[in-house]
Amino acid sequence: LSHGAGGRAMGQLIEGIFHKAFDNIWLRAGNDQSAFTVPGGRMVMSTDGYVVSPLFFPGGNIGSLAVHGTINDIAMAAARPLYLSASFIIEEGFPLADLERIAESMGVASRGAGVPIITGDTKVVERGKADGVFISTSGVGVVPDGLDLRADAARPGDAVILSGSIGDHGIAVMSKRENLEFDAAVVSDSAALHGLVTAMVEAGGRQIRLMRDPTRGGIAATLNEIASQSKVGFHIDEEAIPVKPEVAAACELLGVDPLNVANEGKLVAVAAPEGAKAILAAMRAHPLGREAAVVGHVVADDDCFVQMATSFGGGRIVDWLSGEQLPRIC
Amino acid sequence: MARVLARPIESRVRRLRLRVRGTVQGVGFRPFVYRLAREMRLSGFVLNDSEGVLIEIEGLDPDRFGEAIRTRAPPLARIDAVDVLELPPTGGGRFEILDSLDGRSATRIGADAAICAECRRELTDPGSRFFGYPFVNCTQCGPRFTITSALPYDRAQTSMASFSMCDACAADYVDPESRRFHAEPVACPECGPSLSHPVAELAARLEGGAIVALKGVGGFHLFCDARNDAAIARLRRRKAREEKPFAVMVRDIAAARQLAQLTDAEEFLLTSPASPIVLVEAVAGKLSNLVAPGLGRIGLIVAYSPAHLLLFDELSRLSPHCPPALVATSANPGGEPLVADNADAELRLSAIADLIVTHDRDIVARADDSVMQIVDGAPAFIRRARGFVPEPVDLGADGPSVIATGTDFKNTVCVTRGREAFLSQHVGGLDNAEAIRFQREAATHLCSILDVTLEFAVCDLHPDFRSVRMGESFGLPVMPVQHHLAHVAAVAAEHRLAEPVLGLALDGHGLGTDGSSWGGEMLAVEGHRWLRAGSLMPLPLPGGDRAAREPWRMGVAALQAANRIDLARALELAHSGVARLAAMFNRGMRTPVTSSLGRLFDAVAAISGVRLVQTYEGQAAMEFEALVRAPRCLPGGYAINDGVLDFRPLILCLAEAGMCGTDAADLFHGTLIAGLADWAASGAASLGTRQVALGGGCMMNRVLATGLAQALRECGLEPYLPRLVPANDGGVALGQAAHARQVIMAKRASGEQSPTCA
Ligand SMILES: [Fe+3]
Ligand SMILES: [Mg+2]
Ligand SMILES: [Zn+2]
Ligand SMILES: [Zn+2]
Repeated sequence: LSHGAGGRAMGQLIEGIFHKAFDNIWLRAGNDQSAFTVPGGRMVMSTDGYVVSPLFFPGGNIGSLAVHGTINDIAMAAARPLYLSASFIIEEGFPLADLERIAESMGVASRGAGVPIITGDTKVVERGKADGVFISTSGVGVVPDGLDLRADAARPGDAVILSGSIGDHGIAVMSKRENLEFDAAVVSDSAALHGLVTAMVEAGGRQIRLMRDPTRGGIAATLNEIASQSKVGFHIDEEAIPVKPEVAAACELLGVDPLNVANEGKLVAVAAPEGAKAILAAMRAHPLGREAAVVGHVVADDDCFVQMATSFGGGRIVDWLSGEQLPRIC
Repeated sequence: MARVLARPIESRVRRLRLRVRGTVQGVGFRPFVYRLAREMRLSGFVLNDSEGVLIEIEGLDPDRFGEAIRTRAPPLARIDAVDVLELPPTGGGRFEILDSLDGRSATRIGADAAICAECRRELTDPGSRFFGYPFVNCTQCGPRFTITSALPYDRAQTSMASFSMCDACAADYVDPESRRFHAEPVACPECGPSLSHPVAELAARLEGGAIVALKGVGGFHLFCDARNDAAIARLRRRKAREEKPFAVMVRDIAAARQLAQLTDAEEFLLTSPASPIVLVEAVAGKLSNLVAPGLGRIGLIVAYSPAHLLLFDELSRLSPHCPPALVATSANPGGEPLVADNADAELRLSAIADLIVTHDRDIVARADDSVMQIVDGAPAFIRRARGFVPEPVDLGADGPSVIATGTDFKNTVCVTRGREAFLSQHVGGLDNAEAIRFQREAATHLCSILDVTLEFAVCDLHPDFRSVRMGESFGLPVMPVQHHLAHVAAVAAEHRLAEPVLGLALDGHGLGTDGSSWGGEMLAVEGHRWLRAGSLMPLPLPGGDRAAREPWRMGVAALQAANRIDLARALELAHSGVARLAAMFNRGMRTPVTSSLGRLFDAVAAISGVRLVQTYEGQAAMEFEALVRAPRCLPGGYAINDGVLDFRPLILCLAEAGMCGTDAADLFHGTLIAGLADWAASGAASLGTRQVALGGGCMMNRVLATGLAQALRECGLEPYLPRLVPANDGGVALGQAAHARQVIMAKRASGEQSPTCA
């Protein structure tokens, strides 16, 4: 890809790639915006920027991630995602073939999820002003009547349900980045969760207090966020948290805690105790929730500590980290 | 040399006012002054006030009195200053103890002290009303810090407030001739606290192999028979403490002598009022091997409370053939702070102890037993708590009040007031909720017994430290201080070293100002200014904190750094992870690096087969040190380039020769000492100083600390070791506070408004 002179031809080339990959009636209309009618009820909107290195990793790439990520942010409000937009910052010199692969997987992800990308933009910037490609996606969705999930809704006694094994995405990316090879390949869990959410809402929508997708910072960051927003604490049971053996092995070698590792196809739900069973059953019946488990519960705690019962009966603090895991032990 | 010249006896009557500062309240100081004045036939008065003790004396030759105050002061008193003012005589009369003028007293609360000789005598005297009473105390002994909630120090501010004195105790309390004159915790069987179980029952259960939790001075202890393998194994299982050594309590120094070879200095510490655990050379075969597996040294402590003494006397009665010895460990479920509250004990100790014995005197401030050892001929702390807190460190000059929050390991908090720095009791690792709450409790308590207005909060650089978040929670300007600078500043502060100072921080890990892991640092420090003058050659740190727990990782990393990853093959049989990690290095895996000396110890302990996985922090280095017989230096075992000290030749020699055990330990320690001394000497020369401050966790290694101090002296340098606070992270808060004050004062002197530092 080149930047500057000849920009017009280049712009058309790029547009062509995306239009072909995302193909739908809105894009075909060729307007600077897309019009759609909204169903009645509360709408949600979310936006996210995607920056990942490497761009391609086992189980996905930055494109599928950008589609799934925004769909999931909308789904965490128990909403049905309707439409997406996508914007691209592309570094000069970025291989066209790679761009085509990314666009293609975005198209597949969006069609698979039934959520079309109806508007977008591309910019090419000078070499060094970006790292390959950055993607920003936005989306809108509609919340079923009577549901209002809020970050401050967790109450002592509530159950914490996790939809499946943790750490897959972060370890897949890390092992690709560090050129590590494990006995069994670790594949990103990148997936759109709105189908799973629909099943949960049908089983016990009003019992769901709130949901989060534990992406960057892992479930440690997610639980700490909820704890401070709801002014409660969590007690988590280490043994109840599913971790794939290959992920556990990689975490051990790298010295990282799976609780701090990113996921892209998992959710954490806090549910009223009386609804937990039905919600869990519905999750387990869905392909993306087969390993779902109750991993802990909410407790009253002014300090908003997330504590994990360890195998020997003690409890340790599960903390969020400012960035990568820096050594701590003196 | 002539001592004090004979002085002509004055015939003139004079009046002096003496202002005494220090730990002079609640330690029997006023009765002492009273008796002294009467003995010297002086009139006047003594009173406590908010600055300490105020005395006026009148009579012939009053100067002798001023001298005697210093030389004959009660054992628990600590006199920092006596200011004398000459007044016109007002005419004779009696010497009196007066009430304080403004109703305020106690500027400083004393540390807890072991039972004194007089109380010991009363405890076993059937004629005394204190006979067999587990809470007997007087102004010369007993609890202080652990029962006091706030200033001023009087009974209403202690957990003795709920016990009203009987007539006999009340009479002692107001009698200047009594040892219990204003002894705030005074109590007797008639009016004071009591144990929940008879001591005889306790003794019988211990004798039968039970684990007993006993509430003591600063918290609960877990006790069991130190000669009973099964009991200790059970305690280890229930506490989830595999191999970390336990301390052993004995009745007296005579019993201690049977278990260990004690030096005079060690005996002095063991029998001091602070009564710490002291690490000493064990006599083999006297105790269960499960007490301190793999180590030649054990922690001994002498019974320090009346309840302990009664317990030991009962145990001796039950088995008179050999002096009883009990494992005595802080009662806490794995890694959490010690339990001090009765209800908490039921909750948290019932799964560990077979019997829980409480009493009804509340512990206001928890404090573990302090732990010390003799290093380079003088006492040094491993853990500083009961018996020492809240004794201050004199910083030598006034400055702003700051609170420093230490690090997340072996945490302590430090508060400064005027020229004094007060280090909190040992809080411990901040990796669990209880410990984080204890840290807040310790900080709050310290502030309330000091009555200070804080101006700044000081903390570490690590973005994910709980202690840093605590520092940010005060609503004060926050000043981060680099970890190893704090280690060095702590040493410089307690020795009040005039600048400049060369600091060696020989440590585990601390976040450097460049974002990397530091831990073997040479720092040049001049007042508030400092720079990193050198470091150990960085080694890969595969797996971050995991490498600190699993020395085999550092073993492989050191071989990788020496470009001989092929030699890792020798370790493959010893640990299943070795082959894979070596393969990862061969594929070019990137890892963080560390200049830590602690991790170098781990690497070498692994390479020489001493320990591949640790069950407690510092185990590899401690076991490696225990193997040393006669350190020797490998010629060419190290290189110094541009301030970087490189031990790769030594690592290669150990690995290639397949050297193990004592040979490896001797060669490593000897070469390490020589290399560090050489390195420090060149650093000191370019800085133009002779003062070398030695700090960091590795200074708990006696072979290293003693050998390095010796080697530095041979180079004509003046080594300074931490004496008043631990060399490990337990002393970091002092260094943080001291350095931050330097920065603040320097900026104030130069007229800047809002100081920051890093
Ligand atoms: Fe340290
Ligand atoms: Mg988002
Ligand atoms: Zn006494
Ligand atoms: Zn009494």
